[in-house]
Amino acid sequence: MSRLQVVSGKGGTGKTTVAAALALALATAGKRTLLVEVEGRQGIAQLFETEALPYEERKIAVASGGGEVYALAIDPELALLDYLQMFYKLGGAGRALKKLGAIDFATTIAPGLRDVLLTGKACEAVRRKDRNGRFVYDYVVMDAPPTGRITRFLNVNDEVAGLARIGPIHNQAQAVMRVLKSPETAVHLVTLLEEMPVQETADGISELRAAKLPVGRVIVNMVRPEVLDEDGLELVRTVTRSSVARSLSTAGLGGARRGGRAERLVDPLLAQAEEYAERYALEHEQRAVLDELGLPLHELPLLAEGMDLAGLYQLANELRKQGIA
Amino acid sequence: MSADRIHDQGSAPRRLSPAPVLELDPLLDDPATRIVVCCGSGGVGKTTTAAALGLRAAERGRKVVVLTIDPARRLAQSMGIDSLDNTPRRVKGVEGDGELHAMMLDMKRTFDEIVEAHADPDRAAAILGNPFYQSLSAGFAGTQEYMAMEKLGQLRARDEWDLIVVDTPPSRSALDFLDAPKRLGSFLDGKLIRVLLAPAKVGGRAGMKFLNVGMSMMTGALGKLLGGQLLKDVQTFVAAMDSMFGGFRTRADATYKLLQAPGTAFLVVAAPERDALREAAYFVQRLAAEDMPLAGLVLNRVHGSGAAQLSAERALAAAENLEEPGIVDQDGGKAGLRNSPDTQGSSVSPAPDPEREAPTDADRTSDADHAPDAARTTGSGTATAKATATTPDAGVDTTGTTEPHADRAATTDADRTAASEADRAVDDLTARLLRLHAERMHLLSREQRTRDRFTALHPEVPVTEVAALPGDVHDLTGLRDIGNRLATERPELPEAADA
Repeated sequence: MSRLQVVSGKGGTGKTTVAAALALALATAGKRTLLVEVEGRQGIAQLFETEALPYEERKIAVASGGGEVYALAIDPELALLDYLQMFYKLGGAGRALKKLGAIDFATTIAPGLRDVLLTGKACEAVRRKDRNGRFVYDYVVMDAPPTGRITRFLNVNDEVAGLARIGPIHNQAQAVMRVLKSPETAVHLVTLLEEMPVQETADGISELRAAKLPVGRVIVNMVRPEVLDEDGLELVRTVTRSSVARSLSTAGLGGARRGGRAERLVDPLLAQAEEYAERYALEHEQRAVLDELGLPLHELPLLAEGMDLAGLYQLANELRKQGIA
Repeated sequence: MSADRIHDQGSAPRRLSPAPVLELDPLLDDPATRIVVCCGSGGVGKTTTAAALGLRAAERGRKVVVLTIDPARRLAQSMGIDSLDNTPRRVKGVEGDGELHAMMLDMKRTFDEIVEAHADPDRAAAILGNPFYQSLSAGFAGTQEYMAMEKLGQLRARDEWDLIVVDTPPSRSALDFLDAPKRLGSFLDGKLIRVLLAPAKVGGRAGMKFLNVGMSMMTGALGKLLGGQLLKDVQTFVAAMDSMFGGFRTRADATYKLLQAPGTAFLVVAAPERDALREAAYFVQRLAAEDMPLAGLVLNRVHGSGAAQLSAERALAAAENLEEPGIVDQDGGKAGLRNSPDTQGSSVSPAPDPEREAPTDADRTSDADHAPDAARTTGSGTATAKATATTPDAGVDTTGTTEPHADRAATTDADRTAASEADRAVDDLTARLLRLHAERMHLLSREQRTRDRFTALHPEVPVTEVAALPGDVHDLTGLRDIGNRLATERPELPEAADA
């Protein structure tokens, strides 16, 4: 199992949720995981229902069996100052740089520097060992940028390495790249069973492969339960309204005669079933597209009550059951 | 199932605390509206909304250009353009007198054009060939946002269109697109650049000695950090761009002012999900703080139900009632089920509902609630008993169709067996329809909660809701349909959408 698990996905597919559930799932049996956020959205804090995360690793959850989940929201500016301090002892100059807007420049505009800092911090956590020589974190899970930007984000080290052909940034980028392109890393993509996210997933995978980045699994999120199968859908098309009305009436929902309470439910219920049928067919097509990708495919259910902390543990269990962790 | 079944459903308004309604047609029709900016977090249908609004405005007679940032291939194709590029292309198949043009931002090309327009050929070539410039323009944080605003400024300056609809970049946060141009502008025009350019310039002045020490420390630090070669690239780049720097900030400022002008309208696009609406709320606050004119919120993918009067809880209870195991397998069980307390307790449905005929007998609908049929009631027990005897697995066969086993022995008993089997199939189907409905009602209430939270925070923001579509948009008809949904006050409910 790769120790750096990168989770990406199209906007709106719930990649932060999946990343958090994965971190929880991996933290079984006394294991310790670090969940890393790189986009400054504080999505992790909201998910775990805690206050905003500082730029500091802190424990946010305990998993079953005594495992622990730590979280870190990487702030690129602070990461750069950290980095300068660590390597150059530039305390005062660091402040001067900040005053001049150089830090701002470096972290928001300078080609790829921001991304090197973000991935670099994650890689540092992957490699960090304690005094006894054991890894501090068994796994690092990164809630990464969306699919459309993931390859550039991870591969930016290459670009920076090309741009800065020598110097510390160059070396740093090279070191980070070695981790990212090794089996130590796996990039997972989260999708929904809808056309655009699936298309973007397929495109993202080709890009990742072209950049020689290790693609892990495809996780289909928010899968709705199968309420009607093929036979049921066939029956929806052929059943008579009156028989459904009578059945509804039997179930205690009012009169089946025309205009009766049960009878009035028939049309909307059948219309909803037809919508379901349409979606069912589309989902079927999209599953076929995903199957062709030749990657391990996992499905997580849509939680009827919306996402909350309990739901997160539920998804983590689901991931464990499916052998992903 | 024929379409005429799906007709006269009353819509069931679910809104608890009505927000003002966002009326888009008056906005699109008003000649004073020159720019519409669609913003919101990723995955909420922003680009599709921009394209649909553009088409609608064009078909209402305006000359429109839609600037998309990163459209899905299918969306470009839906406008009949295989690949959009940096030049507006006319979209064919637009009805009416208006025109629709569409383009996709190419940030590198846009950046190159600025350089070419503002530097003499030699200098332009030097800039375009600089490695630092190439990385900067190829799309790092901020460039896309800056170039989107730059392009918007250019399109507006050309004055060829009377309405520009802009999509915003898929930023990590919707707010990036307001901040990034300023950042890039102030970098390109800022202190840092001047330091990089010529420490000597500053160093010469009296009283600047202290600062100068800081400067050399800082260029030293930058050199250490970036490597001498990159720093040199940056310095060469900066030297070549020198004459253009003032321009960048001026341009960024001008575009920013354009966004605050009365002819501009911002639409915040969201889906009724927690994260998307939270992002939308931030954006609303931010626009207000920046004096940018917010027209309203477009809430995409809203679900409705024609049977909203039936709660999820009741639907589930009824489904369980129909699914109760074993009952239909017992002797006379059918009758027992039909006489369930629920049915008796119902005020509308007089008690003992008799054993039913084959469900294909649609004529019975009107009197199904009345007149227990003695003949059928008496036959009930026997028929069910026979059913159990002749087809032992009938009780678990939930996949039966309304087409009874016609090829089997055509005895009366066999017919009855088939009939009760079909009944069970219908009961099973009905239970599933009810479960489907319960799921829909849960979704509805979840959407309602998130929306209410937004409305509570921003009661002044007009809202338009767009009903969820099962699939994606593939052509102009699809875009037109979305345009209709955008402009109508309440989302069409599912049954109307089917027609």
